[in-house]
Amino acid sequence: MEGLLTQPFLTALLFGAVTAGVPLLLAGLGEQISEKAGVLNIGIEGMMLFGAYTGFVAAFYTGSFTLGFLAGGVGGAVVASIVMLLCIRFGLNQIVIGIAVTIGFEGLTALLHYFQFSRTYPRLDAAPVIALPGLSQIPVLGPGLFSHNAVVYLAVILVGVFTWMFRSTYVGLNLESAGNKPAALDAAGVSVIKTRALAVLSTGFLAGLGGAYMANVGAGLFVPMMTGGAGFIGIVLAMLARGKPLWVLLGAALFGASLSMTTALQVAGVNVPTDVVQMLPFAMVMLVLVIFARHSVLPPALGLPYVRGDRG
Amino acid sequence: MNQSTAVVAVRNVTKRFPGVVANADVSLDFNPGEVHVLLGENGAGKSTLIGMLAGMQQPDEGEILIGGQAVKIASPRHSLELGIGTVFQHVLLVPSLTVIENLMLGGSWWQRLARGAALKRFRELSGLLGVEIDPDAQVGRLSLGEQQQVEIMRALWRGEKVLILDEPTSMLTPQGVRDLGAVMKRLRDKGVALILITHKLVEAYAFGDRISVLRLGRVVGEIAPDRLKAMTEKQVTDTVIQMMFGTVEAHARDAEILTGRGRAAHRDRAVDRSGAARLQVRDVGTEAERGACPLRSVSFDLWPGEVLGIAGVDGNGQKHLAEVLAGQRHASGGKIEIGGIDVTADGVPERRKHGVRYVTDERLGEGTVGAFSVATNLVLKEIGVAPFWKRGISDWNLIHDHARTQIKRNDIRTPSEKIPVGRLSGGNIQKVLLARELNAEASVAVFNKPTYGLDLQNTRLAHDRILASAESGMAIVVISTDLDELLELSDRIAVMYQGHLAGIVENGPDVERKVGMLMTGAQKDAA
Repeated sequence: MEGLLTQPFLTALLFGAVTAGVPLLLAGLGEQISEKAGVLNIGIEGMMLFGAYTGFVAAFYTGSFTLGFLAGGVGGAVVASIVMLLCIRFGLNQIVIGIAVTIGFEGLTALLHYFQFSRTYPRLDAAPVIALPGLSQIPVLGPGLFSHNAVVYLAVILVGVFTWMFRSTYVGLNLESAGNKPAALDAAGVSVIKTRALAVLSTGFLAGLGGAYMANVGAGLFVPMMTGGAGFIGIVLAMLARGKPLWVLLGAALFGASLSMTTALQVAGVNVPTDVVQMLPFAMVMLVLVIFARHSVLPPALGLPYVRGDRG
Repeated sequence: MNQSTAVVAVRNVTKRFPGVVANADVSLDFNPGEVHVLLGENGAGKSTLIGMLAGMQQPDEGEILIGGQAVKIASPRHSLELGIGTVFQHVLLVPSLTVIENLMLGGSWWQRLARGAALKRFRELSGLLGVEIDPDAQVGRLSLGEQQQVEIMRALWRGEKVLILDEPTSMLTPQGVRDLGAVMKRLRDKGVALILITHKLVEAYAFGDRISVLRLGRVVGEIAPDRLKAMTEKQVTDTVIQMMFGTVEAHARDAEILTGRGRAAHRDRAVDRSGAARLQVRDVGTEAERGACPLRSVSFDLWPGEVLGIAGVDGNGQKHLAEVLAGQRHASGGKIEIGGIDVTADGVPERRKHGVRYVTDERLGEGTVGAFSVATNLVLKEIGVAPFWKRGISDWNLIHDHARTQIKRNDIRTPSEKIPVGRLSGGNIQKVLLARELNAEASVAVFNKPTYGLDLQNTRLAHDRILASAESGMAIVVISTDLDELLELSDRIAVMYQGHLAGIVENGPDVERKVGMLMTGAQKDAA
């Protein structure tokens, strides 16, 4: 146990927390946009997985991580466009379609991967890292927090951008109205359908980007089902964050840390059964839900398709 | 009709909904600088007509002309772009946003929020309407009356060519109505075409330049401006009643309610206050809530058979009073006794056992569950209790029998007791509520705005129910912002001002003046 507080262990723990937390952060931020607009986007797991696959394939064949991330985001958005068409445009049940999308793309990505790579799992080179000048020189914290891929910094910057966007732009007002009183938005002359469609596509892009980061940076390879519930944790984060991006960040950090702890404890050779250690992040999810779930405030129109002329 | 001057006109418009013809061959002109009043009962087709002008619906036949050109108003945005602003009957504000954010809504996403300019416009309109609302208050925490004021501001926000007001006065105080009238006159003088929808003939006469009467989806009569100007109020009243009901005498009572005349006869009925009071409220207060007015040390007594009217400008603590009496809200201090028994700490089920009944102003949502059937809603407050539930199992036969009896007895217009209550009209939902609350065991009943949004017939029915309940010995509290209603129903009228009872006056001659003074909060000794 004395190995726990050594410098390499703590650095690995922090580094792992960021790596595990960023896909959750991107998924949570994305889901938050949809939920604000009144769309419960259960299909986010499928979007992440497809983003992971398209992102990996693009990076593998072009050798460019930038193109990989872009392809991941677009892949996620493509899946989101299915949700957009069926749920927003045609008003089908968001939960049913969301589950179908998740299960469908779990199968589809596994199938595509099998046709493409058979049973091999080729690896990418290590992802480029930007070490922040100055900050990355701090012991433990520097290599742990400030030497990461550009997507990590982008995700953190997005927290600030979204906070500002929700509070002081028309996008924020429109999203809030679409989720709380869509008829008011409609009466003000803004299309509820378009607002929600935009929200769902953004969710898809962010989730896909998160998936691509997971595959290209976190793992360096694609494995079927590799997201392992990250999308669902993203949904939980968005629900608990009450529309505040900063809370998504805090939640992602918490879950990222517990996921990282799982790996780190195994590496440190702590004498605890691995099954127990691997339960940690999910025990954390349940604990957080027990403590905070009753405080979660969801938009009244969440999950309801908008039909003009219906009262409410 | 002068087609060349009309800014908006509808020509031979017909709109059908499954089972009803909402508008049949309607042709109307709306001229600039003119207040055009549309009179008619609920279901006369006014709201449908407005919906088409606002771009919410499209006519099945006929056309809408804007400046003489036939236009298909495809969406609310299109309607706004054409310069038509509408204040709808149903509140169309986002409850989680602030007042100023709601008013800014509708900009394109690439634009920055121009808060400074919006605040300037907000202050202009506040001055114009004569209202004081915190622009940073969350709309969901405002009272219905204040929300409606924000709605009017929003419709005026872009300085429209045409302003449609769908029963805008139903929530306002007499002073608010006068202020609104002044605003309408100013707008009219600026050349705006105003379309005013109202039940009240007094308002039609006071504010209108032209009056059109709708009945069962058709225009049944119109009084042009020059003719209207030459007529006395009495003549207008007679003419409109003739148009609406055919004869004056056959529907004298409808006409009374419509005009607000004939109600001047104050309720004059001796209440025996020698015995013990049924309801005693002593120094009751509630916790302050952001944006809502709490109760501050409210005390009154109420005897069996007595109706106490609670007047006051909306948002002065009426909702808290209703909820604290019903047991839905915890009293932070004071004491409530029913028949000498302290019920202060009791919740809704215990109070119900003591005979307390509450008819809320939120008929759908708080009062009934829209998705549940009429039958279920009729036993909503007895779920799990015998005789309708036996050991936790629903006795649907009994529940449906009970519902059929109630539907017949209360004349609830519904195709079946199994229909979701949310599909009924406001008047019928109110009948469901009244049927549930006013049964034999009731001893104290609290009504919050019992006739808000109801048409004449249903208003009359609700009033009759309230008075009959009082006759049978129930002690009744009626909260309303409509002073005429309180004058008709109450034995005494109390006025709420900023959470206090500013005073209680006996209903009788000169009561309007006394109540009016108490409402402004200026005169505490008027009583």
